[in-house]
Amino acid sequence: MFDYNFHWRPVMRSLPDLIDAAFLTLQVAVLAMILGIVIGLCLALIRLHKTGPLLWLASTWVELARNTPALFQLFFFGFGLGAFGLHLSPYMIVLAGLTFNCAGYLAENFRGGFQAVPDTQVRAARSLGMTAWQTYTRIVIPQVFRIVYHPITNQMVWAVLMSSLGMLVGFRELSGETQFFASRTFRIFEYFTVTAVIYYVIVKIILGASRLLAMRLFRY
Amino acid sequence: MIEIRDLHKYFGALHVLKGINLDVKKGEVLSVIGASGSGKSTLLYCINGLEPIQQGHVTVDGTDVHARGTDINGLRQKLGMVFQQWNSFPHLTALENVALAPRIVKGKSRAEASDIARKQLGHVGLGEKLDVYPSALSGGQQQRLAIARALAMEPEYMLFDEATSALDPELVGEVLETMRMLAEEGMTMICVTHEMGFARDVSDRVAFFHQGVMEEIGPPAQIFGDAQSEHTRKFLANVR
Repeated sequence: MFDYNFHWRPVMRSLPDLIDAAFLTLQVAVLAMILGIVIGLCLALIRLHKTGPLLWLASTWVELARNTPALFQLFFFGFGLGAFGLHLSPYMIVLAGLTFNCAGYLAENFRGGFQAVPDTQVRAARSLGMTAWQTYTRIVIPQVFRIVYHPITNQMVWAVLMSSLGMLVGFRELSGETQFFASRTFRIFEYFTVTAVIYYVIVKIILGASRLLAMRLFRY
Repeated sequence: MIEIRDLHKYFGALHVLKGINLDVKKGEVLSVIGASGSGKSTLLYCINGLEPIQQGHVTVDGTDVHARGTDINGLRQKLGMVFQQWNSFPHLTALENVALAPRIVKGKSRAEASDIARKQLGHVGLGEKLDVYPSALSGGQQQRLAIARALAMEPEYMLFDEATSALDPELVGEVLETMRMLAEEGMTMICVTHEMGFARDVSDRVAFFHQGVMEEIGPPAQIFGDAQSEHTRKFLANVR
């Protein structure tokens, strides 16, 4: 009925390589998130306050990022740009694709966050003589940050998991590396089981760290 | 001194203030009464420039609030404002709420700003609540926090926009008490209010607004005892 023989030894032998690849996964996800947060914040502010071509650009970005498969977005930066003679390294393809996608999702989170801070907070700050910039950085952004904190955590998890698409553009992050070893040894099931556990552990660590940080940051 | 000359304010097609002329001298307490939508709150927002105006002038100590090139952020330091929805900053403790503006607007050191905040919070009776976040304060306490926050900028004028309207009835007294104390200390105040008792007992003059026009202004005895305008008499008969 079930005559598959498990062979874990090759997996264990390449475990150090898998762990290395896991750090690469984490690195590209963290970088994509940092860039995504900065760009997403700009996109949200443009969508809230600007009109004209800038608004069109920001809206198109958000629409494409949210409404097309993430894999296609990766392919665009890989094969799409490749067709125009612009060849990015696999690392850059994944970083650009993830950043594009994260920025789009985060932009909408930020936009909701800004809309959730009442206008009267701005009025109160301005009535004290704060400049528009001071009001934004001292009063509005900290409140927005709390509102979007958990969505940002979700997006971080999503970025880690989504980076696995990298193996389809030849990037040897955790999934790509697993695929490489698995196809050499034909221990596909074993390799991907172990890799799934590694992903699981990474995500749990992110969620735990996020919760600890939230307890320190948000005492109100 | 605050001087308002022929002030007109529109919200789109809606003519909210229709040619207001009003002087408020240093040390004076002026209460502004009238029905909702009569333009009283808007008047306050025009005084500290939170709302632009379409015609006329507002000058504070000789500076035109709405003139191009006016340092509006500098001017607002003279004009403390307290809102109906107290608007405490939820992410800051009571002390930080009060200390923030003196530090980043006036450039005081962290220690100086904290000292000012402690003093002002003590002044309004919140000396025990320094490290508490606004969410743990009652409405009345949050409103007193807002008063302390405005006072920390050492303003020369205080604008109160229906400071007690959003409070539970049992909390109104503590806020009115604080406002009364400020009046006794000689603060110049413009109070938009529905508290007729406060208007009668504390103010030097009372102005009645009706549909964007200042119908009548005079000492409380006149407004409450011998109103000249039909609208004033009708309004007061209804609120009593």
